[in-house]
Amino acid sequence: MKIIVCIKQVPATTAEKRYRADLRLDRAASEAVINPLDEYAIEQALRLQESGAVESVGYLSMGPEQAGEALRRALAMGGDEAYLVTDAALAGSDAWATARVLAAALDRLAPDVALMGMASDDARGSLVPAAVAAMRGVPLLSYGSELQLHGTTARVRRLTAAGFDMLEAPLPVVASVTDQVGEPRYASLKGIMAAKRKPMETWSLADLGLAPADLHGAALTRVVEIRKPEAKPPTERIENVGPDEAVTRIADWLAARKLI
Amino acid sequence: MTYRLTADHLELRAMVRELAEEQITPRAAAIDASAEFPWDLKELLARQDLLGTSFETRYGGTELDNIAQCILVEEIARADATTSLIPIVQKLGSLPLSVAGSEEQKQRYFPRLASGEWLAAFALTEAGAGSDVAQLRTRARRDGDAYLLTGSKRFITHGSIANLLTVFALTDTDAGGRKGMSAFIVETDTPGFSAPRLEHKMGIRGSPTAELHFDEVRVPAANRLGEEGDGFRIAMATLDQSRLSVAAQAIGIAQGALDFAVGYAAQREQFGERVVDMQGIQFMLADMASQTEAARQLTYAAAAVVDAGDADLAYWTSCAKLIAGDTAMRVTTDAVQVLGGYGYVTDYPVERMMRDAKITQLYEGTQQIQRMIVARQLLQRSGVPVRRSR
Repeated sequence: MKIIVCIKQVPATTAEKRYRADLRLDRAASEAVINPLDEYAIEQALRLQESGAVESVGYLSMGPEQAGEALRRALAMGGDEAYLVTDAALAGSDAWATARVLAAALDRLAPDVALMGMASDDARGSLVPAAVAAMRGVPLLSYGSELQLHGTTARVRRLTAAGFDMLEAPLPVVASVTDQVGEPRYASLKGIMAAKRKPMETWSLADLGLAPADLHGAALTRVVEIRKPEAKPPTERIENVGPDEAVTRIADWLAARKLI
Repeated sequence: MTYRLTADHLELRAMVRELAEEQITPRAAAIDASAEFPWDLKELLARQDLLGTSFETRYGGTELDNIAQCILVEEIARADATTSLIPIVQKLGSLPLSVAGSEEQKQRYFPRLASGEWLAAFALTEAGAGSDVAQLRTRARRDGDAYLLTGSKRFITHGSIANLLTVFALTDTDAGGRKGMSAFIVETDTPGFSAPRLEHKMGIRGSPTAELHFDEVRVPAANRLGEEGDGFRIAMATLDQSRLSVAAQAIGIAQGALDFAVGYAAQREQFGERVVDMQGIQFMLADMASQTEAARQLTYAAAAVVDAGDADLAYWTSCAKLIAGDTAMRVTTDAVQVLGGYGYVTDYPVERMMRDAKITQLYEGTQQIQRMIVARQLLQRSGVPVRRSR
């Protein structure tokens, strides 16, 4: 049983994001980390490996050369090997192009489970898992709070408003997990040292049998504008008044907005 | 002597800083208030392989160089001085084995210490033998293939929680401390050993400082380090290296206080402006930063000297500990000043850091002892005969 965890290198969550003139994220401008939501996918894969349900855990990333750092960090947490798809023609890839490339790489790696985080912290499109599953023609088990493997089937437990659903599909599958799987581990010192010796392969588009033309110039979509969400009006505070006065003022405020 | 930080050093710093900020900083105030040893953090450090950095890989350690070991201690101490003592004392307690232990002794004990399964401690100081180590009274009497240890130790960091102690005792009372002292590995579950009392301390309150009693504790002769009479030399060789950890701890405490003071001054407003925009505060912060940086660079230089095994390493480690300890005291005191009245109350961490800083001027040789070591080396270098002061 083999799991490939697809990970993305993103700007640190707390970093202020900068955009270039062509409206692409300036990835050199801020500290880069493993997409925090992907860390849960890594944790899920490593827990399955520790339980004996999975023999090998590998990582796959598409990105610029420095995305190799994210793969190395993932290897420090555990797992066996990593694959980086990097190619100048991939700059500016959208979710569709990313999925196309990941699907081609996964065809080559043939894992039982291609595991992903539920979204990336920078774009938050949440499109890639479904797109990869569709392109590969395999079932999608998405938004799992836990991934289980039983013989030739995979299951995810997905939390719902009413409780949870259990989704099951025959292997191979694409699965995505949420932050409910459990806190990602810290890389240990020995893990960091061992990661330097674990195999990492770098592939170009040509290595995957793809040509830039297959990707329609790396994107089917076009970013036309980027703006910050409108700032919320400042919070109104009711302070230093008695409870009766406070209740009256809150009730008036709600009534003025027809909320009560 | 030259040194340069490597990519591995920076990676280690980032790793330990993340761990410390997320897992240790939030615990520091409670550890101080309860004066309870943070067993959970000991487990965390063991799990992350951070208690085995001074042991060779063949014993399960990670064999980091001394600069890396300083960075580890520094980053933990930046969050909490008590917790930084866990790797510091693990190294201190096992250094006598590194210095004088046989291969058989190392194989017997190092794997359990490198994994963090066992804790080690260093039992030298006695009530009447502090700076004047040679006055120790604990005795080790030969009895067949063993020694019987009798006496008391005081101020032994982690003495009550360690599984293994390196104990210094007189095997030849006539020869006195310098020539008649020997070193032993004592497992603390041996009958006759007890740790009846802990000190109530100003700082590093979560780190138990114990009084130890030895009542005819039977120690196999196979647990003697080196030969009879080697004890003083082993103790001094240990301290010459271990005080580097105290320098690193002091720098970490200073950096933690400085970082907090900068953050506080940036949001505190008085007289209609941010406190950090006042030149008087800026000058204080600049002094704190430059002094901390100077102490850090001196400590890394000393670490490189220890790695190289240079003959004058005691000079370097004493210089580093002297400067770093005094810097920690000054910087933490100034951090309290930057916070004003808020610095004096336990709602903010700088008063704890100030209390923690004081110990770095006292243990593993007071600052006065460091000056004696530095001065003796100076005289030796100049060819001036050294006379022992009275």
